[in-house]
Amino acid sequence: MATEEMERLVRREYTQGFVTDIESDTVPPGLDESVIAFISQKKGEPQWMLDWRLEAYHQWLKMKTPSWAHLDYPPIDYQAISYYSAPKKPEDRPQSLDEVDPKLLETYEKLGIPLHERAALAGVAVDAVFDSVSVTTTFKEKLAEAGVIFCSISEAIRDYPELVKQYLGSVVPQGDNYFAALNSAVFTDGSFVYVPEGVTCPMELSTYFRINAANTGQFERTLIVCDKRAQVSYLEGCTAPQRDENQLHAAVVELVALEDAYIKYSTVQNWYPGDEDGKGGIYNFVTKRADCRGDRSKVSWTQVETGSAITWKYPSCMLRGKDSVGEFYSVAVTNGRQQADTGTKMIHIGENTKSTIVSKGIAAGRSDQAYRGLVKVGPRARNARNFTQCDSLLIGDRCGAHTFPYQEIGNSTATVEHEATTSKIGEDQLFYCRQRGIAEEDAVNMIVNGFCKDVFQELPMEFAVEAEALLNVTLEGAVG
Amino acid sequence: MLEVKDLHVSVDGKEILKGLSLTVNAGEVHAIMGPNGAGKSTLSSVIAGKDGYEVTAGSITFEGRDVLEMEIEERARAGLLLGFQYPVEIPGVKNIYLLKAALNAQRAARGEGEIPAPEFMKLVKEKLAFMKMDPSFLQRAVNEGFSGGEKKRNEILQMLVLEPRLAMLDEIDSGLDIDALKVVAEGVNSLRSEERAVLMVTHYQRLLDYIVPDKVHVLLDGRIVKSGDKDLALELESRGYEWVQEESAA
Repeated sequence: MATEEMERLVRREYTQGFVTDIESDTVPPGLDESVIAFISQKKGEPQWMLDWRLEAYHQWLKMKTPSWAHLDYPPIDYQAISYYSAPKKPEDRPQSLDEVDPKLLETYEKLGIPLHERAALAGVAVDAVFDSVSVTTTFKEKLAEAGVIFCSISEAIRDYPELVKQYLGSVVPQGDNYFAALNSAVFTDGSFVYVPEGVTCPMELSTYFRINAANTGQFERTLIVCDKRAQVSYLEGCTAPQRDENQLHAAVVELVALEDAYIKYSTVQNWYPGDEDGKGGIYNFVTKRADCRGDRSKVSWTQVETGSAITWKYPSCMLRGKDSVGEFYSVAVTNGRQQADTGTKMIHIGENTKSTIVSKGIAAGRSDQAYRGLVKVGPRARNARNFTQCDSLLIGDRCGAHTFPYQEIGNSTATVEHEATTSKIGEDQLFYCRQRGIAEEDAVNMIVNGFCKDVFQELPMEFAVEAEALLNVTLEGAVG
Repeated sequence: MLEVKDLHVSVDGKEILKGLSLTVNAGEVHAIMGPNGAGKSTLSSVIAGKDGYEVTAGSITFEGRDVLEMEIEERARAGLLLGFQYPVEIPGVKNIYLLKAALNAQRAARGEGEIPAPEFMKLVKEKLAFMKMDPSFLQRAVNEGFSGGEKKRNEILQMLVLEPRLAMLDEIDSGLDIDALKVVAEGVNSLRSEERAVLMVTHYQRLLDYIVPDKVHVLLDGRIVKSGDKDLALELESRGYEWVQEESAA
């Protein structure tokens, strides 16, 4: 197909770019100890939490932005960012959906998440994060019956301080990396989940994040702890409105799986990617890590990444327990001027640990993406096994895909396999479908969805449908 | 039905078809034969609208419409279907999904609604049985890991489901053993009707034992230099192409 036609099709508009006009309670841009104290006070936090934040802040001050990623962006001025923004009147937060600002609900409608319907229809408990404060949490009662704690991290700090103290930072320490340190100092909200021993969470848990106020960073902190023989499936969806300025998103997600526990964490990320020329869009610097602490524990990361101007994200598993299992299934789609450097780390520490990595990258327009994956086998990880497959699909001839696999094998009994392919979306595949009467765009969607099938089938059912739809929107006209 | 007039086609600046003319009427089966490099596959590719072929002169009309002005999918929806010599693999896309999408796209173009699922399954199963294909076939990814014979059967299966007005078959017999050839030929023969035409491109007379053509054309150096009935194919089989070449040069 002609290149011009390809380009015409690659252009698309972000369909979720709108701004909700609600007065925000925002601190002036800038970061110092007083801003951190302000956040901590706003959240009604105890002294130990503030101390923890300040400790992180002091570590952050000594750190440098990482530069090893295959990304190109101007330096971020951390003093130009506002670190706290909450909808007005945080003191009298709504207790039920009826009390929620209708405008807010409207926003969710536009996003295609009619909260109540969604919750009722799908049996999903949604902890919606609007900017920095949890607006409403549904299905809490049903969860409470099962003994599952699902609340905002701020509530958890107040109501379950012992659990938080025990696990917060135990997977991603304050000084782990530049963005994790920043997050530890200024995180404003996020989710906390605790599933007690022997309990299978009765429903899928879901959080929708959305960055709304201009010039604010969003720094959520999510902590999920699955006790012995417990199970949970957690869904995270993200989208943000369209703005000319870049916005920073630096989240930390920590997962802890004890003996025989299973955590499935699925993400559909659709942050605003910026316009065709790379103006605006979210800078997404996220640290996600799971600690398979107990024997036979299992963590499965599944992600569909279609948004953000820049993505820097490596959901990882520390496989410490014997026979523990880590999985990473990823679809990353970049278009326009998007850049993504994403992948995973599987750290095999315990015996007979097993990991699987399936990464599918789709690059269109003038975007650039890299898969970066580390498989590390420690000296005690006898019979560790890894299988990695990463495939890239290029659409058009001005995009790029790169693969950086790292392997550090410290045990001769380990089995590590790596397969990688890069292909261009086949002109002959398109021709074949069109010659059967299928319109070009439908044919592209069909081929791309086929390419991603191995990952989509890992997503929870209703999420898979959403992911497929999102992919089609992202590549809308996208190709041809 | 199909009218090709004085068609000149170049690939990368090299002229492959040099004034080809051909008329196919409804109800007819045509076979185009010729040595390698004569331009046989180019003809069907150009009619189907494949990229990379430049038409420098001439015309193609199908039921009165200017084919060269139509998009690839429009041509298919008008009933011009190509059975590929080397059908491409599409990983992750189930056969049944492609079939259904194709059928519904064609129905939509005719102003018909989507085919109800039970009706579709009934239709497909019937055609599968006719092609002696196992139903598990439908759940496999399009052409992925198919043997040469399976791929060809699949092409004919699609034809049986989509019911084209003009079926073009590009070397449909290549790589088939005799049993598979018989099944494929039966499939093609079942397509024959008063309203429909078939245009086959082939190297070998063998195929024509099973699908008996109404007309045989010899394509040499970008032109049809001789036309006849099925006996012409037999003559080519025993005498080769040289005599035709000499005759046309004379």
